[in-house]
This record gives sequence, structure tokens and C-alpha cells, in this order.
Amino acid sequence: MAKNVQFMMGNHAVAEGALYAGCRFYGGYPITPSTEIAERMAERLPQVGGRFIQMEDEIAAMASVIGASLAGAKALTATSGPGFSLKQENLGFAALCEIPVVIVDVMRGGPSTGMPTGPSQSDVMQAKWGTHGDHPIIAVTPASVQEQFNETVRAFNLAEKYRCPVLVLTDAIIGQMMESLVIPEPGELEVIDRLQPDCPPEEYLPYDMDKDINPMPAFGSGYRYHVTGLHHDETGFPTNDPVLHTKNTKRLIEKLEKNYDDIVKVEEFYCDDADILVFAIGVTARSAKDAVLQAREQGIKVGLVRPLTIWPFPDKHLDKLISANNVKGIVVPEMNLGQMKFEVERVAKGRCEVEGLYSLMLDPILPSEILEKIRRFA
Amino acid sequence: MAYDYSRFLRNEKLPHIWCPGCTYGIVLKSFIRAIDSLGWDKNEIVVASGIGCCSRLPGYVDFNTLHTTHGRSIAFATGVKIANPKLKVIALGGDGDMTAIGGNHFIHACRRNIDITVLVFNNNIYGMTGAQYSPTTPKGAWATTAPYGMPENNFDVVNLAIGAGASFVARSTAYHATHCEKMIKEALLHKGLSVVEIINACPTGFGRKNKFKSPTSMLLWMKDKAVQKAKADKMSPEELADKLVIGVLHKEEKPEYVESYDATVGLNKGE
Ligand SMILES: Cc1ncc(C[n+]2csc(CCOP(=O)(O)OP(=O)(O)O)c2C)c(N)n1
Ligand code: SF4
Repeated sequence: MAKNVQFMMGNHAVAEGALYAGCRFYGGYPITPSTEIAERMAERLPQVGGRFIQMEDEIAAMASVIGASLAGAKALTATSGPGFSLKQENLGFAALCEIPVVIVDVMRGGPSTGMPTGPSQSDVMQAKWGTHGDHPIIAVTPASVQEQFNETVRAFNLAEKYRCPVLVLTDAIIGQMMESLVIPEPGELEVIDRLQPDCPPEEYLPYDMDKDINPMPAFGSGYRYHVTGLHHDETGFPTNDPVLHTKNTKRLIEKLEKNYDDIVKVEEFYCDDADILVFAIGVTARSAKDAVLQAREQGIKVGLVRPLTIWPFPDKHLDKLISANNVKGIVVPEMNLGQMKFEVERVAKGRCEVEGLYSLMLDPILPSEILEKIRRFA
Repeated sequence: MAYDYSRFLRNEKLPHIWCPGCTYGIVLKSFIRAIDSLGWDKNEIVVASGIGCCSRLPGYVDFNTLHTTHGRSIAFATGVKIANPKLKVIALGGDGDMTAIGGNHFIHACRRNIDITVLVFNNNIYGMTGAQYSPTTPKGAWATTAPYGMPENNFDVVNLAIGAGASFVARSTAYHATHCEKMIKEALLHKGLSVVEIINACPTGFGRKNKFKSPTSMLLWMKDKAVQKAKADKMSPEELADKLVIGVLHKEEKPEYVESYDATVGLNKGE
């Protein structure tokens, strides 16, 4: 059968990926450079029996997707820097209450209104620490239009499987550019739905703390329970017990750590024998790939570590490569002033040099700039 | 035989957190009787709240309950309703919750006329955080953040809701418990966005420092102030100046949001 190939914009590919994954609700608020996701969803959702709403602000948009998810729908919202900041309080609610939702952040230059049309990668840390308190978060980082689609499907799967908010952390270039996209046939990619209870309603515990993941019935399904953003016990009711609060917070974070191998996806490009590494995500990783190929032509043993999951951070992958390959140096190019570099340094633990390559210039970092840094280690 | 509230309560979660003399318990009972009188299936009912003393109410009732973030109950409820319009959705919160931090959600829900019932528990103060002034604190009244008297003008919740486009707006008080039950019931039956402002007493935060000697005196204040709509219609503006009109203050038929959406986009889900 002929493949369904389309020439599509990255933001539209996110919308199509969401629909493929079964998303049937979108609540959003327009902001450049993410708006095409909302526009596409407004058009496409009714065609598949779903509903779209433009809320009054991003706080409301984030709240609406959580409400929709509780009512049983897979739900999406998309935004960019300033809107992502506004979503943070309710993002924390989703994390604590274990509500599956997917949030796209098409990164643009900040802080504040910043550079509305300028691409950036400066929300890497906001993605991880934007909401208050210790909390779990998963963030996927696509680098092509095809990955915008596939990683959005994966984001929904991870959200449903781990009952956790999942971010698609992309940037204005990947979001706005057009490339060919092969739309997978139904069934070609795995689509995961949240676990449903198999016990009678009176025995159902929404937050059994001895389990990593509890089933999540929809409001209206006959399982009546309480959801609160206060720390709660296994029945979902508020508790002030510090022991329980500690246990539950750790449980939320550990449920991701324990499933590192399932959640953290990394492309290792020419890494087998590499004693120099480049660590990059998104659009920067595309330049980095080019730089690695050019360096290889010059006989330099360099490889690219390209996380498709940036949170949880790919500690294990990086740690293993650094030891196994006796790595001399790691170059970390990023379109911010060094947010990922500190994480790479943390994993390197002084075993090798880590060199940042930062840019706020709104153009992608060039392969030649990355190559120059690689050569310093060669 | 005494009315049996326990059928609707999560009895194991009691006692509630409210202070002695707080009127929220009275309203909880009116709320339960209103729902009971409709004979709805508990599984179909969703009660969302924000943050504040009254927002702890959902924890005590045996429905699908959602205690959200400060001011956001209507926004969460909007998502619930759109994802499953068969659900009966109620959003409640305090005057701070609904008219300060959540004011934007309040007016936009009214404008959309989405089929949600909004209950505003107005005690003229931020109860939970210890008596700071809210957008409904009367001018001159004392609050911890208005130690010289409230300097700001206040909102009239009913006029705000009508102005924003709500299709059903009523007011009642905790003193008028049976009337309150009736207002809530009518609001629940109304298709579209319905608002009931329920005047409440916070003796701990508001009453003590505003010359109310006891919780009872606050209830008696409600009794004295309140005038039923039918009677108020016959009174002059001067006579009404110091009064609080209770009853159904606005009601109109207009298209409900989800139905309008579905019709506009050509969606027929058979709901
Ligand atoms: C974002 C945020 N800001 C502030 C608070 C603190 N806070 C909790 S309840 C509340 C006010 C509650 O007053 P109201 O909504 O009138 O309800 P009441 O307690 O009187 O029932 C405030 C300011 C909060 N929880 N979250
Ligand atoms: S502080 Fe006021 S509103 Fe809160 S429970 Fe006490 S009396 Fe009621």
C-alpha cells in the first residue's frame, strides 16, 4: 500500500500526532510560535468527534485539559514561553494528582515577552523546575517534522502509562518548518490508554501508595473519588502527615526513575568509538549531526548524543558512554546560556571537560561553530 | 423523621474543617437537599472547587469531586463539561476565588453560557488565609490588609454575572436555608451558565472585627437585609439602598455553549 506522505509544518505534525494518539480535547490560548497547533486542532478535532476550545488565558487552558482528562478524554494544550510560565501552577496540580495531559512548549526567546518570533531553547530548566515543589516531569524533544508527530504520540503514551504530565519541548524552527511526514497507518504505532480499575467501585483507591501506577477511571464511570492538589492519602483526601507526604512525593518521582529504560530515549550517532561527544537537542542537534559528520571526515572520533527525552535527564546513557569510551570532552551547544551544560557536567563528575556553546542569536547554531569546539578536544 | 444527609456525605471524612459559627455547613445542607430533590445519579455529578474554606466542601460530598487551584474551578469544570457534556457540573468557590483571582474565568464562563452551575460563597472576606479584604468587602470594613478600613469599591456579584452574560442569576443567604435550597435547585435545572450568590458569614475572620457580636448576629443581619425579589420590585431605589435582594434576579433562554459548538462545527455525538 502506498504510504501517506505529506509535506507538513512541524506544528501541524504535532496536532496530527495528537489525533493519532487519540486526543479528543484541546484547550489553548494563542501564542507565537505555537498557534498553528491550536488552529489545526480547531479544524481537525470536530472531524474526529473531539472538541476544541480557546480559553481566556493559559491558566484556564491548562485547567481545562486537566478537567477534560478527568472526564476521560486525552487532552492537549500548546503554548510558548510566557504562556508556559502561566501554566506552571496547574502543571504542578497535574503532577501531584497524576493526571495524564500533554503540553507542547514551542520555545521562543525569553525572558518575558522576549523574542516572540525568535527560536530558542531557553525553557529547558523551566520545563523541569517551572512549577514549585519536587515533582515528576517527562519532556520529549523532537528534532524533525516526523519526530514532531512520533514524539507527540509517544508523549501521550507516556502520559497515559505513567499518569504524569508530559511536555513536548520543541522550538520555533522545528515547529515552523516544513518537511515530509509519513503518516503512519492506524495500528502502526503503539497507542496506550490509561489503566482502568478491575475492582468494584467501593474498593477502588485512586492513590494506592504501594503501587507505582493506579488505574484512573473517568468521572461519570461509576467510580466516585476525590481529587485535590493538597497532599493526599490513598483515598485522595487531604492529609498533613509528613511521612505520607514524603512517601508520596518520592513515589511520584521514583515511578519515572524506575522506568528510565522505557521513558528515556536517546539517539547515539557515531558514538561507538567516540572519545569526544556532542550533546544536543532539537534544531541544534541537526547542526550537531552535520558537525559530527564533517569531523569524522577529518578523522576525529566524535559522536552525537541526542536525547529525545530530556527529562528525566539521560544520565545513564551519558554516564555509560563517558566511562566506556574514556571520553575526553563533551561539547554542549544550546540556544540559551548554558542550561543543559550544567546537567552534563553533573553527570560527567569531573571525568572529562564539558564545553558549552551558547547562542541567543535566534539563528540555529552552525555546524562550523560546533566543529570548531570539537576540534579543540581532538 | 429527620432528613438523612448521610446518604450524600462521605461520612468517614467528617468532621469538617469549618469554624463553629461558620455558615458553610448550612449551605452544604441546602446544597444536598437541592441535589436530592432532583433525583440525579451521584455518578453523573461533578463538583469542582477552588481554594478557600468553602472550597473544601467537595471533599465531604459523595460525588465526583475536584478540589483545584485558587480561582480555577470554573476553568477545570469547563474541560470536564466539554469532554463529557452528560455530566452535571457544579463549580463553587469563595468571593475571593470567584471574583478576584478567578474573575476572568467567571466572566468568560458567563459569556460562553456553558451549562455549569456556579455557586459563589460570599462572606465578604478571605476566610482561609485569615481575613484579608476581597473584591466584595464593603467599603470601610475592617480586614487584616485594610486595617484602616476597606479603601476599594466592591463588586456586586449578581450584576457582574448578568453583565457578563450568565443566563440564570440568583441570590440567597445562609439564613434563608430553604430559599437557598430552592435557588440552587433552579440553578441546577437551568440549561446554560447559572450563578447563585450565597451570602455567608465568616464570624472568625469578618464578624469579630466588624462589630458583629456573635455568629447569630450575622445571620440576623442577613435576615434584616434581605428582601425577596417580588417585594423589592415594588420598592423605591431609596428604600432598597440598604437592602439585599434575594431570589431569581435574571433568567433568559439562550443557546448553551457545547450545543452551539457542536451545531457550529457539525458535530453530532448523540449526547
Ligand atoms: C495562587 C494562590 N494564591 C493565594 C493563595 C492563598 N489563598 C488561599 S485561600 C485564599 C482566599 C480564600 O478566600 P475566598 O476565596 O473568599 O474563600 P473563603 O476562604 O472565604 O471561603 C487565598 C488568598 C493560594 N492558595 N493560591
Ligand atoms: S475562617 Fe471564616 S469562612 Fe473559614 S471556616 Fe472559619 S468562619 Fe468559615
